[in-house]
Amino acid sequence: MKLTRRILMAAAAGSFLLSGTAAMAQTELTFWSWRQEDKAFYQDIIKKFQAKEPGITVKFETYAPENYQTILSTALAAGRGPDVIQARAYGNLETIATSGYLLALDQQNVPELANFPEAALAAETLRSNGKVYAVPFAMQAQLVVYNKKIFKDNGLNPPKTWDEMMALAQALKAKNINPFSNGTATAWQNETIVGGLLSSMLGKEFEADIVSGKANFTDPRFVSALAKLKDISQYFAPNFIGVDYPSSQQLFVAGRAAMFAGGSYEVANFKNQNPTLDLGVFPAPVLKAGDQALIATYYDGGYAVNAKSEKKDAALKFVRFLATPEYGTAFTNTLKNLSPIKGIKIEDPITQDVAKLAENSMSYLMLVRFRYQEPSGSVLLQSNVQKMLAGQQTPEQAAAEINKGIATYYKPFQK
Amino acid sequence: MQASRQQPRSLKHQLWVAFLVVPPIVFMSLFVVYPILSAFAYAFYDWQGLARGEFVGLKNFREVLFGATMAPVVWNAFLHNVYALIALMIIQNGGGFFLAWLLYKEPFGFRFHRIAVFVPVVLSTIIVGFLWKLFLNPNFGIINQALYSVGLDSWAKPWLGDSSTALGALILANAWHFVGFPALVYLAGMQRIPPEIIEAARLDGTNEWQLLKNVVWPLVAPSTTILFTLLFIGAFNWFEIPYVMVGLDGSPFGSTDVLGLVFYRTAFGNQSASIQNFGMGSALATLLFLFIVVFASMLTLWLRRREIQF
Repeated sequence: MKLTRRILMAAAAGSFLLSGTAAMAQTELTFWSWRQEDKAFYQDIIKKFQAKEPGITVKFETYAPENYQTILSTALAAGRGPDVIQARAYGNLETIATSGYLLALDQQNVPELANFPEAALAAETLRSNGKVYAVPFAMQAQLVVYNKKIFKDNGLNPPKTWDEMMALAQALKAKNINPFSNGTATAWQNETIVGGLLSSMLGKEFEADIVSGKANFTDPRFVSALAKLKDISQYFAPNFIGVDYPSSQQLFVAGRAAMFAGGSYEVANFKNQNPTLDLGVFPAPVLKAGDQALIATYYDGGYAVNAKSEKKDAALKFVRFLATPEYGTAFTNTLKNLSPIKGIKIEDPITQDVAKLAENSMSYLMLVRFRYQEPSGSVLLQSNVQKMLAGQQTPEQAAAEINKGIATYYKPFQK
Repeated sequence: MQASRQQPRSLKHQLWVAFLVVPPIVFMSLFVVYPILSAFAYAFYDWQGLARGEFVGLKNFREVLFGATMAPVVWNAFLHNVYALIALMIIQNGGGFFLAWLLYKEPFGFRFHRIAVFVPVVLSTIIVGFLWKLFLNPNFGIINQALYSVGLDSWAKPWLGDSSTALGALILANAWHFVGFPALVYLAGMQRIPPEIIEAARLDGTNEWQLLKNVVWPLVAPSTTILFTLLFIGAFNWFEIPYVMVGLDGSPFGSTDVLGLVFYRTAFGNQSASIQNFGMGSALATLLFLFIVVFASMLTLWLRRREIQF
């Protein structure tokens, strides 16, 4: 009895030592993310990475999206945190990058950065020093998602101009079909609706004028686009001012509305909930035939390296792997989200459509340009459009309020 | 006996006391006192994202109270907290008082009702928030459906999307959730009143209203003290129900914004709209804490004075 126990203990100690030496040769990286739903995908990618780099293991850990920034911030401030970080973009990237917690990336330590378009890198660049801090992972677009079956049953085609859109919405409503499932009770939905429906009427030139200060948000292009939005809101979900984001999604997923103005990321989500849906996408309608049709694009975030990590070399190897077209292809085809990496092969037809539409795009304006200071352009746009659509202010008033808020810190508007 | 009690405590006894007292003191200091003090300290610094910048004195406090960007938001939210306090004082505490009186009179099935009134208090606030959000859904919510079915179509509203009803809807959901608590506390207070007093009042020919107003209400003053003070603190720290039902933005367009939401948005950022500002968030938290401590103490002192010994 005693002997058996001793043998067992010796065996246990031996295996412990063995596993210890095995781990010595391995470098273990930790990788934090807020994408719990993509866990299987990332685990698969890590396996592929390990096939190339047998000496490195990667531990993938996720946190709830709403707490992610707080948990990450706290860990980084305490000098800890993971080696590889899934970081956000624009203003939210700045809050962690400004503090020096992220390693600056360039063509020397990550040559694959050459695979990315300019706008994607800009999303992960700190404005104060012009350095890139993360490898971008997804491009998103605001556009219109439509139910092909409803369109076909009623002999309709995706509208090109705003007038066609209005006529189409009216035709659907006359047949007792909800034209749009959108609602405005969830504040940020107002911003996605503006991006999905008004981008073509605003236009690239408007964006350039805002950036240079030649125009501000009281510009007639912006005011008249808001007026058009007010006009079409009669075709949103019934009682749309009280319809929140999940309810509007459900209405569309159940096949009880023909269109949803919002993010390209909705498509995969809608399909998951109802695989029988036959969906298509089209860009915001133009004011008059011949104008350029646009979608509003932005980048979700990127993969960054912790500046205080003791395993920077291994972490950089992993991040470089996440910047290859091979990875971009897997990301795009598995998650149905468009990777910004050049030269990827897209299988999913809707993602192909989004990629094609993205060739003509303007920025998702408030997130890309005005979410760095308070009151952010997003806060102003969301609440003032919500108020306008509730009938409590005119498009002129909404535009003036938005402009007033941004002008408190935006130099080009202060002239 | 007397002599032995005054002898110095044995070392063993002192160690035992220390063993019982030290862990909670350490725990409280680490997780309550330290965070409060550090939030207080953070409020005096400029923050670049997560990095603490230079000492800026009272700048963050000035911004929160008088700044062009923050102050309108803060005062708007403060006003909503005041509305909530007044409305909940009447609906939740007042309703609780009358429910307690009904239960006190032990009507048929009062044991069942006593439990039924208290059950919502036990539910998690998150569940109550979601439940009411479903009830209030403009298209398939039970409230609008009920109104349609009795022909009151014009009364049906997009409750949480309409700026004139949204805050009221949150207040009612909160009152439904917590009315059982004041009811229970008042019931206990009423049961402490010696029955002779109520009997004597009845023999003197008081009617029900006079009895409630002149006898029961003054005699449950200790319950009132605790309930009013707790509601005061709760109303200014209000967060969960608004967060679950209308989100961080105080949607629609700030009509349900309360200080708790403003604090969260400012300190931690709102993923879909804004970025974080630790310094201003800390300044707001500090101001809110001081406001609650000072006014809750004054309220308690004032309410204590009306308590009667019997």
